[in-house]
Amino acid sequence: MAELHRRDVLARVLEERDGALVVPGLGTANYDLFAVSPSDGNAYMWNAMGLTVPTGLGLAIAQPDRRVLVVTGDGEMMMGIGSLSVVAAQAPENLSILVMDNEMFEETGAQTGLSAKRADIEKIAVGSGIEKTMTVRTDNEVARLAAFLLKEQGPVLAVAKVAASRDEPVFPTMDGPGIVSKFRASVLGSQSI
Amino acid sequence: MSGEDDGWSGDIYGLIKEAGITLVTTVPDAGLTRLLKTCDADPAIRVVTLSTEEEGVGIGYGAWLGGTRALLCLQSSGTGNIINGLALPAFAESPCLMLVTMRGQEGEGNPAQFPMGRAVRPVFEAMGVTCLEGSTADEVVSHFRQACEMVFSEGKMVAVLIAQKVIGAKTFSK
Repeated sequence: MAELHRRDVLARVLEERDGALVVPGLGTANYDLFAVSPSDGNAYMWNAMGLTVPTGLGLAIAQPDRRVLVVTGDGEMMMGIGSLSVVAAQAPENLSILVMDNEMFEETGAQTGLSAKRADIEKIAVGSGIEKTMTVRTDNEVARLAAFLLKEQGPVLAVAKVAASRDEPVFPTMDGPGIVSKFRASVLGSQSI
Repeated sequence: MSGEDDGWSGDIYGLIKEAGITLVTTVPDAGLTRLLKTCDADPAIRVVTLSTEEEGVGIGYGAWLGGTRALLCLQSSGTGNIINGLALPAFAESPCLMLVTMRGQEGEGNPAQFPMGRAVRPVFEAMGVTCLEGSTADEVVSHFRQACEMVFSEGKMVAVLIAQKVIGAKTFSK
């Protein structure tokens, strides 16, 4: 049984967020981000499973001076696993990926996920060409996570082995165009119009 | 793919520059070779090779969030790989510009290309993507010009389809 709780882990990572832009995968990552660090610099995702890392990559390329953090789950990451090769090839120095790996499809009824069996997302990342990776399982290890994700030169990927969520979901806005316009206004200012 | 002009790649490159597109994502196709080479040779354009076409939709969306304009170049078969991905710009009413080289049309030598070739337009249209198909090089260029305007000024999703006869049929004879 995993000891880490995903919302706590995310809160600790974002304690000193310092202007980082965050792209959360649909489902619990989206809800947890809204719960612990609501911001116009959050690109809340409600659909397109598998495209969280590509979205973060596009943003990281467009905003090379800002840290971009992708937070997603193991199921969403597995669906877009090829995108790790694209990230490695592009090597954006400002992109970090955090995979909350609960080894299940919690959102749809806690069905067993592929990472519960043989798949190791950190090893896949390494094999894809991402050189800086870590997997954390304990509270002590989480202390290193924030600096790794927010300060280390990217691209970096961390896997946090987490328990099933114990927190109530809280929902950010479902206004898709509103998410985009607020995000662009916060990042681009008057250029966004 | 010789060095001679194909009647559209050079003009499309010019329109890419004019529209301020600095990011080109692709799963390549033979018909796109000249355009992709030209873009690759331009230090102001970043060409990103994808593992699957739908990544280009996500990258384009993320780029737009950060103030950069992107183009996704793909072969028609890749249309089938991006359907759910298109829900992202559709939901967000965000720009999505695609340039698609068609297979499975007139002159196709590989019948395996017919099912997806036929499905391109209905699939795109079901997802809310406007299709502009050019059956001559000149038409491709004028459609692309219109598409840039629709996408980046009005936030539409548009696919410019390059008919197979513009590119030339792929032959399987030895």
